[in-house]
Amino acid sequence: MDKFTGRVWVLGDDIDTDIIIPTEYLALKTIDDMKQYGFSPLRPELAGQIQKGDIIVAGKNFGCGSSREQAPEIIKAMGVQCVIAKSFARIFFRNSINNGLLLIEQPDLYDDMKEGDEVTVVMNEHVDYNGKEYPIASLPENLMSIIQAGGLVKAMRKLNGLD
Amino acid sequence: MGETIIEKIIRHNTGKAVKPGDIVTVNVDRVMIHDIFIPFVADKFEEMGFTKLHDPDKVVLIYDHLVPASQQDDTRHFRTGDAFAEKYGLTHVHRSDGICHQLMTEAGYVKPGDIAFGTDSHTTTYGCVGAFSSGIGYTEMASILGTGTMWIKVPETIKVVIDGELPENVMSKDIILRLIGDLRADGATYRALEFAGSTIENMTVASRMTMANMAIEAGAKCALFTPDEKTAEYCEIELNDYQKSLVGDPDATYMRTITYKAEDFVPVMACPSQVDKIRNVSELEGTEIDQVFIGSCTNGRLEDLQAAAEVLEGKKVADFVKLIVTPASRKIYKQAADMGILKTLSEAGAIITHPGCGLCCGRTGGILSDGERVVATNNRNFLGRMGTSKVEIYLASPRTAASCAVAGKIVSPE
Amino acid sequence: MGMTIAEKIIAAAAGVESVKPGDIHTVELDRLMSNDGTTHLTVDMYNNKLKNPHIADTGKLVFIVDHNVPSDCPKTAASQKKMRDFAKANHIDFWEGKGVCHQIMMENYVRPGELIFGADSHTCSYGALGAFGTGVGCTDFLYGMVTGTSWVMVPETVKFNLVGKLPEGVYARDLILTIIGEVGANGCNYQVMEFTGEGAKTLTISDRIALCNMAVEAGAKTGIFEVDDVAMEYLKEHGREPKAVYHSDPDAHYVREYTFDLSKVEPVVAKPDFVDNLAPAKDVRGIKIDEAFLGSCNNGRIEDLRVGAQVIKGKKVSEKVRFLVVPASQTIYRQALEEGLIDIFMDAGAIVMNPNCSVCWGSCQGVIGENEVLISTGTRNFKGRAGHPSSKVYLGSAATVTASAIAGEIALASDV
Repeated sequence: MDKFTGRVWVLGDDIDTDIIIPTEYLALKTIDDMKQYGFSPLRPELAGQIQKGDIIVAGKNFGCGSSREQAPEIIKAMGVQCVIAKSFARIFFRNSINNGLLLIEQPDLYDDMKEGDEVTVVMNEHVDYNGKEYPIASLPENLMSIIQAGGLVKAMRKLNGLD
Repeated sequence: MGETIIEKIIRHNTGKAVKPGDIVTVNVDRVMIHDIFIPFVADKFEEMGFTKLHDPDKVVLIYDHLVPASQQDDTRHFRTGDAFAEKYGLTHVHRSDGICHQLMTEAGYVKPGDIAFGTDSHTTTYGCVGAFSSGIGYTEMASILGTGTMWIKVPETIKVVIDGELPENVMSKDIILRLIGDLRADGATYRALEFAGSTIENMTVASRMTMANMAIEAGAKCALFTPDEKTAEYCEIELNDYQKSLVGDPDATYMRTITYKAEDFVPVMACPSQVDKIRNVSELEGTEIDQVFIGSCTNGRLEDLQAAAEVLEGKKVADFVKLIVTPASRKIYKQAADMGILKTLSEAGAIITHPGCGLCCGRTGGILSDGERVVATNNRNFLGRMGTSKVEIYLASPRTAASCAVAGKIVSPE
Repeated sequence: MGMTIAEKIIAAAAGVESVKPGDIHTVELDRLMSNDGTTHLTVDMYNNKLKNPHIADTGKLVFIVDHNVPSDCPKTAASQKKMRDFAKANHIDFWEGKGVCHQIMMENYVRPGELIFGADSHTCSYGALGAFGTGVGCTDFLYGMVTGTSWVMVPETVKFNLVGKLPEGVYARDLILTIIGEVGANGCNYQVMEFTGEGAKTLTISDRIALCNMAVEAGAKTGIFEVDDVAMEYLKEHGREPKAVYHSDPDAHYVREYTFDLSKVEPVVAKPDFVDNLAPAKDVRGIKIDEAFLGSCNNGRIEDLRVGAQVIKGKKVSEKVRFLVVPASQTIYRQALEEGLIDIFMDAGAIVMNPNCSVCWGSCQGVIGENEVLISTGTRNFKGRAGHPSSKVYLGSAATVTASAIAGEIALASDV
């Protein structure tokens, strides 16, 4: 996936983990049970609108708050290809990498972005939108290795000689 | 070259001097898993192919978010946890003793200089005794259970220096809220906070705990306080040379130093629905409220209940306003009972629940509905955290919260 | 023809000389109590279904939030807010978080001779003080609220002649379960259970509440005791006077009479899923439990907490069991704090909750999960009452419940 395109949903600054998945639903049995409630405090209809291949663009501090790993998991389960934000909260960032949800930091795209438009991501290089290129960094090596292994579970399975 | 506290802890753990940005693998001294995530941790652990815990003694399992159970499926988490504990020989299990972050230091699982991780963002709390502790997800927890190690990036440090004497109606909650307001909710992301100054030195471990607990609300990876005599007494240990060395060197490199004068602090609140939306309480006076919540790993300790009791002694909670008090642990509950604090609170009209996460985690303990307003002593006021997205949550100190309960509206603490 | 206590209360409320079973009368209600189980429905009807909504006498109304305290979800919070707002707007006595409604009523309102409607089936508790309390639905409640009156069909009375004294280690709770086991879950349908005799006089008010409270579990409209010195003492302590003290006439008509020798009662449990599915506690020893509950309007009073504390003092709750201790009111909670009972329960590892209905009503605060087993001092053990439909509930005394919490399985106090 060196290059991909997707329709964009725009969310704001400080999208916290209680917005992504409220505690009320955290003890449901599976991620699939939970994903219909994704983003419900902010936009109850959004979970039903997001389609496979869509992209979320947001402001600063995306994923702040709790350590709940269901947050990146349900975003991934909704079919979101990647989240592009001005910045990400720390625990959410680790959890996303560990679950193979791609996060991209880009400081300017959010300010220009219009919901419903499409963007194209050229991995480790730039995001293309409206004829403009927004540069993005490449992922550090240690994180790429987890992603390349297919997430932390797979990396550990390899360690335990299972795969 | 001098070192910050976090750099010293990591060097001690890995045997190598480190600088910010280095990626290192640390040996984990203690981990904490709570009831909400244990089923996920258990699944991932087995999916990863592990057959035994790296060291069962290092693992603590705590039921707190779902105690008492409020939904029929909640007790499944207890059963899964009990089965996991039995299968892998885990003996440190707390089933109804209080909030995980309170118990980890109170029950002696985390000591100054340790490295600890927990499946909860407020794991930063243990920095109150000078431990490096941080929240992680359940997949990462499963891998630590199997390997005993975790990779981390050495964070840069922001130093916060506070000198002087706090005004009487100001609590450490007001300080941390002010700091979060100044740093903003992402101002310390990936960074360590390090606290110093005479105000900090004079502060109880419980007050430091409040501040370390909320460091995550500015995005911090951890928040560190230098262990001192009070820490030693609280932890019931004698500090060793390593623990005594955990002070930021004068020539250490800080990415930023922020200085406050204690006398300048005033009671503040975080307004709906961002933790960094800080206003002076005096600017908010008169706003009508429906409920007050005193509790949580942020402010459910003895000194917090005591502050509330001082305000409420001989007074009544305003008509049609609910005051919910949730002590942070069984030990605190018992101490508060023995000292007559619970009696005072109950006489004033408080609803005193069993220790646990209660309302703060939004599953029970006083959930609100559209148009209601709550003043709460916990750590988050996110949209929908305590009910619907039309509930307004104001975060405050226990003293402020108790004063609001009596007035039935936002008022400055006495 | 003589009348029973219940008949005399109805006659007075109807303003007639005498009544007999089967008569239908319009009666003046002394008080109406409603809790958060249904008040929001009543308020909705009041606001939407009435042409000229008004309240006959707000002074007769008591609203009590006790079922979901503190609230566990936005839905219950919204129901309670509706109730709170209505009480505030109409100047209705309002209690929230102060305890289980029936206990609040006993401590603060109920007077001998009163006729009280409650929108809760266990309103029959008030007979412990010689009042006629009975549970109604919210439509009946609304009618009473608007008119101050209602209609009643005069019930027949069944006499329970109690003799002897309960042995040590046997409680009123065992007695009422034994009685219901004997007469059956519909054994007193639409009738009044009048408890009388020398044995009745040996029972405390707390014991009497435990008996009357469960009258509805035998199908009865209410349970009732004669007012005696014990009742008068209770009233005096709580600063109240009787409205009227009635005694059944010697020639009053009873549809049936039973005699129970209290000295022969032994510790019993009601097995799932019926209150009359009775067994001696010793015969069900060893059944594994997941949760134990000491509380409720039936058995959450100071006397019950004392019994539990005595059993568990110096011992620990089994690791396999969640032991919920829930005082029935804040007054009881403070008394228990003062007597050191809360300390004993906390030391033992119990979960001490704020006064509320808790798992007795099974919707929040200690709800049990799939295939789990609860032993409870609550009022009912119906299928799914305490949580998941596959779960099971046993009912027993405070002593049996506490002993079971220690053992991790059903046990008698003498076993632990």
